[in-house]
Amino acid sequence: MSIIRFEGVSKSYGDVVVFKDFNMQLQPAETKVVLGGSRSGKSTILKLALGLVKPDSGSIFIDGDEITHLSEEALMPIRRQIGMVFQEGALFDSMTVGQNVAYQLIEEDKLGEAEIDSIIQQVLGFVGLDQAAGMMPSELSGGMRRRVAIARALAARPRIVLYDEPTAGLDPITSRTIMELIIKLRDLEGVTSILVTHDLTAATILSSEMAEIVDGETVFRREDGEFCLINTRFLVLRSGEVIFEGPDELLRQCNDGYILEFLE
Amino acid sequence: MGFIYTALYEVQQFTLLSLQAVSNLARRPRYFQDTLVQMDLIGVGSLSIILLTGFFTGGVLTLQSANSLKTFGAVNLTGQLVALSLIRELGPVLSALMVAGRVGSGIASQLGSMVVTEQIDAMRALGTDPTKKLVTPRVLACTTTLPLLTVLADVFGLIGGWVVSVYKLRLDTNLYWNTALRSISYNDALEGLVKPIVFGFIVGMVGCYCGLRTKGGTRGVGESTTAAVVVASILVIVANFFLTKIIQDLRY
Repeated sequence: MSIIRFEGVSKSYGDVVVFKDFNMQLQPAETKVVLGGSRSGKSTILKLALGLVKPDSGSIFIDGDEITHLSEEALMPIRRQIGMVFQEGALFDSMTVGQNVAYQLIEEDKLGEAEIDSIIQQVLGFVGLDQAAGMMPSELSGGMRRRVAIARALAARPRIVLYDEPTAGLDPITSRTIMELIIKLRDLEGVTSILVTHDLTAATILSSEMAEIVDGETVFRREDGEFCLINTRFLVLRSGEVIFEGPDELLRQCNDGYILEFLE
Repeated sequence: MGFIYTALYEVQQFTLLSLQAVSNLARRPRYFQDTLVQMDLIGVGSLSIILLTGFFTGGVLTLQSANSLKTFGAVNLTGQLVALSLIRELGPVLSALMVAGRVGSGIASQLGSMVVTEQIDAMRALGTDPTKKLVTPRVLACTTTLPLLTVLADVFGLIGGWVVSVYKLRLDTNLYWNTALRSISYNDALEGLVKPIVFGFIVGMVGCYCGLRTKGGTRGVGESTTAAVVVASILVIVANFFLTKIIQDLRY
């Protein structure tokens, strides 16, 4: 059964049509990389999947349940199962990094302080920022903010994580660190995710490497003659229309002008 | 037609947000901690400007009215004039305008920058309703602290009037306070307390509404902030007229 399903979704803002009859499906532990230029409506996909924005027509299913017509109140429990990494992080700047990461857990008020603290340490450790819990978001660099945002999205152990341009404006090394985090979540935790980006270099890391645990250490293995990664598929958008969907091998054989521009 | 449509739409959205902010009071989770923090920021934070406003308004009121009162040989009624104008009109309205300038703009710019940096969306994505976490505590804090601030402005206004009466008009201290305090009826006090409750609600709601509808980057935040102060001030002045009329009608 698909985890996320868009069926004939249309959305426009005023006169600007963002999507027309958009369809998409994600299987468990699959990663969908949505490529598109700016203003191609790719970020709207994530907001639609969270119910932050309502489609004009069509249906969106999360885990088989339709969320299209749910009220804001009814959407809350569904949103808590989904982690979202916003562009630029969208960290709450009045709270410390630790409070940001634990925001959802503190709000739900189910766990004790000690448990929450250990989760903060654990997820911050996962993104490699163990020491940052007491810092304010304004003290962090762009890459660190992005990693804290990932930690915040992960704190409540979601099965779905949505990434909005997680590498935009970052240097290649930091980009790679963030891509490795996403690969680890996909391969080691079985997280289903949608990654919206225009950064094909970073997305290629995602579609050509896998993470596995060898003797307790996480190692990344490149695609080679022996194995081919099939859990990551691309979707290319041009002004709200899907012009390509499939694995990276097929993407590279495309000769559509718009896609070729990306490949360069 | 487009203008009328937009105006009606804004009124509708504002009303919906207001209803939601009020109905949140009855629904969990309630953010007591956030409300207390806002009360401190809004109430205690505005104390100094409110006290200064009150003091000098009382003083200038005395200076200006002394001449007219002299014409009728009624200088000894200065206390009454100051007390009634302050408690019924100037205290509530001026405090509301000062708070609209300081707090309304602050709320709008804070919520506005949260919209622009996607923090509001992030909050919703993390399963929290921003109207519960952000709007209701701020509106509640404004509605409860403005009456308290107004009372303090009234008191300091009377003190300001007293200082001028004694040192400029050479009135007797006892005479001033007697005419001032005796003239205040139960109805005056009630009017002076009902108004700031309504004004506090207006300032808080307009600040939150303008902040949350911010569009288009930092420039949008500036526009929302300006809009919050302008709209809140105008609404306070208009509401003051109608409240005065309603209270007068109820009295007679």
